[in-house]
Amino acid sequence: MSTTATTETKPAAPAIEKIKVKVDGREIEVPKLMPDWTGKLTPTTMIQACELAKTDVPHYCYHPKLPIAGNCRMCLVEFGTPALGPDRKPVLNPDGTAKIAKSPRPAIACATPISPGMEIYNNTPTVKQMREGVLEFLLINHPLDCPICDQAGECKLQEYSVDYGQSASRFAEAKVHKPKAVDLGPRIMLDDERCILCTRCVRFTRDVAGDDKLGIVNRGSYNTIAAYPGTQFDNNYTLNTVDICPVGALTSKDFRFQMRVWFLKETKSLCNSCGTGCNVLVSSREEKMYRYTPRENDAVNGPWMCDAGRLNYKWVGRADRLKDVLMRGAGQGGLVKTTWLTAINDISDKLKRAPAGSVAIVASARQTNEELYLLAKLKANLGALSDSVEHTGEADRLLVSADKNPNTNGARLNGICYTEIGSNLPQIAQGIQSGKIKTLIVFGEDVTTQGIGADLLAKLDTLIVSDILPNATTQLAHYVLPGAAHVEKRGSFTNTKGRVQKFMKAVEAPGDARAEWEFLHDLVHNVTGKNGYVTIEGLFNQMAAEVPGFAGLSWAGLGDTGVTVTI
Amino acid sequence: MIVDRRPLTFWEKLYLPAIVGGLKVTLKHAYSTLIQRKVVTMEYPEQKWTLPENYRGAPYLVKDQEGSTKCVSCQLCEFVCPPKAIRITPPGASGQKADRANAEKMPKEFEINMLRCIYCGFCQEVCPEEAIFLLKDYSITSTSREELVYNKEKLLALGGEHGGIQKWKHKLEEAKAQENFPVKV
Ligand code: SF4
Ligand code: SF4
Ligand code: SF4
Ligand code: SF4
Ligand code: FES
Repeated sequence: MSTTATTETKPAAPAIEKIKVKVDGREIEVPKLMPDWTGKLTPTTMIQACELAKTDVPHYCYHPKLPIAGNCRMCLVEFGTPALGPDRKPVLNPDGTAKIAKSPRPAIACATPISPGMEIYNNTPTVKQMREGVLEFLLINHPLDCPICDQAGECKLQEYSVDYGQSASRFAEAKVHKPKAVDLGPRIMLDDERCILCTRCVRFTRDVAGDDKLGIVNRGSYNTIAAYPGTQFDNNYTLNTVDICPVGALTSKDFRFQMRVWFLKETKSLCNSCGTGCNVLVSSREEKMYRYTPRENDAVNGPWMCDAGRLNYKWVGRADRLKDVLMRGAGQGGLVKTTWLTAINDISDKLKRAPAGSVAIVASARQTNEELYLLAKLKANLGALSDSVEHTGEADRLLVSADKNPNTNGARLNGICYTEIGSNLPQIAQGIQSGKIKTLIVFGEDVTTQGIGADLLAKLDTLIVSDILPNATTQLAHYVLPGAAHVEKRGSFTNTKGRVQKFMKAVEAPGDARAEWEFLHDLVHNVTGKNGYVTIEGLFNQMAAEVPGFAGLSWAGLGDTGVTVTI
Repeated sequence: MIVDRRPLTFWEKLYLPAIVGGLKVTLKHAYSTLIQRKVVTMEYPEQKWTLPENYRGAPYLVKDQEGSTKCVSCQLCEFVCPPKAIRITPPGASGQKADRANAEKMPKEFEINMLRCIYCGFCQEVCPEEAIFLLKDYSITSTSREELVYNKEKLLALGGEHGGIQKWKHKLEEAKAQENFPVKV
């Protein structure tokens, strides 16, 4: 089996013609065509050219992954094109350069395509004045709620006001007031006064989410964002509108008034709620998580993620988390607290003495590639049967995958489970029934719901369970090893399409709980007598060297957005 | 930078003139207290000095003229405080609403650790709501460290009332005056 690791998801497109433009006097070459929001090649716009020239054009309504609306006018720039004489030939300056005919009118950079030889002026006094004017209009009816507005600190209106705003308002009349704290849907709160009517939310839900529910009602200064009368804005992607809303008009009910954003530490991580593996940023402060926000990765999730995954983080802080290493006392004793050293040494001794074929492993496809790799080593050494457990749900047309395990492919590539996940479970149950299997190692699954009930578990000599939350299996275990949630450790997942992506540690695990790969490393070392890597980088690279499915990968090479392997 | 020490003059090297100079100050004070009976000390804490107008004492939270909490839990003071003396617990979505209309939120808990506070006044300066002021208290004592972490209730009680413009109330009144958009409170 040979696999080639690639960073591309599609074959390389045919070369695109490049054209030369000048941005603020600097000449750059940009492709004539660039992908629009759907990925289709369309003529490159000024804003894209400026981005390539690393020049910021302030904008509100433009979003690279939404259709262009051109309504906010914040991105106005001045430009010029090579002048043509009556003979349709370029007019030259005395020094031989092309004469530039500066356009008398500005243009919106987000919707104006570039042409060869074009000069874009992003920094002139006129441009500055125009932006000041646009901003002044936007602020006419804006409530300036910053002290009570959740967006403060990541608000484009605040940012551009610092750059282009006036310190005092010239607007003497009373501001138009609009509804505040409007309940738009189960997860969204709307403050109409703060809305700058960029229609990003409308375009997202119409064109991306495919749930055309938002619109603008009323006219002029009374323009108001609203959901279709009598309906709730409740699709599974509503919270993305909170991310793209440049101001604090749309806010998340979950995050509302929880914490000011400038206190939050952002950690690059992944969502583990389904096999898609959306890239996220985990925002935390002092070991408490406050929110997930999507992190852009065009090979996986673009800039979006689903609401269900986004809100599925609270269990990590649950009070009933397994925090102690537990061991069943001699005889019929209950579970008593012990130390990692005692438990791991004890387990190692038992496993070393176990005859071949008497051990079975039920791992979880929610574990990381590295952990499954270590378990596979254990499996090979003990001649154990192994499998994983399938968790399925409903898929949708956008991101959500039917596979609710984030790392089914990682389990497959490491040989923990097979194409049909869970096919070995009946065999393991049978082995226990017949008394052949005496030791069962369970990671992160409740096997009592998978055909290995309490009666079977009672027949075992040793039941070693590692989990994060208590369940029926952990209650029957002889050893309980408290594990860490994925946000509490580093590692990598392989998604349904074979993209191997890594995630970083955002918060500390509670109590004695430890990342599984750390204690699995100790266990593997004790049982096999071979030392391994004690860092996640080393461990990943070792796995890449030994497991054919991951051949050619390296931890550093995964980057922030991952690498696709053949599955 | 190295500054060379100026060599002592002959007069300075003599040493005695300086002793005499010092004694002269002592004698002058002895004369004014013992003979002239002038008081140079103060019987603190029964007597206290009058503090200058711009004195910066302990920071407290204030209420507006209607007795409502002015702080809206924006946490700017927590952010700006150099020794991290302030700790605010935001209300959260389902938490207690502000005790005045239209302000939407107020802190669930607000603590200032008076042992940490350096009386810099940054919190007062940064507050967009005029909700925190450095008042004139400087004698902050207690028998335990815990007692010196003042909570919201205590800070509000100590801060008293401080009027000023009531912007949230104004906004509400302005909104109510506009028939097109009855704003729910
Ligand atoms: S939307 Fe931005 S500018 Fe408006 S109140 Fe919120 S933070 Fe302030
Ligand atoms: S709610 Fe936000 S995203 Fe929607 S139009 Fe208003 S400002 Fe734009
Ligand atoms: S006065 Fe200075 S040190 Fe004291 S609470 Fe305010 S900001 Fe912090
Ligand atoms: S005291 Fe002022 S600065 Fe501090 S949280 Fe309250 S409103 Fe904000
Ligand atoms: S960003 Fe170009 S008009 Fe809004």
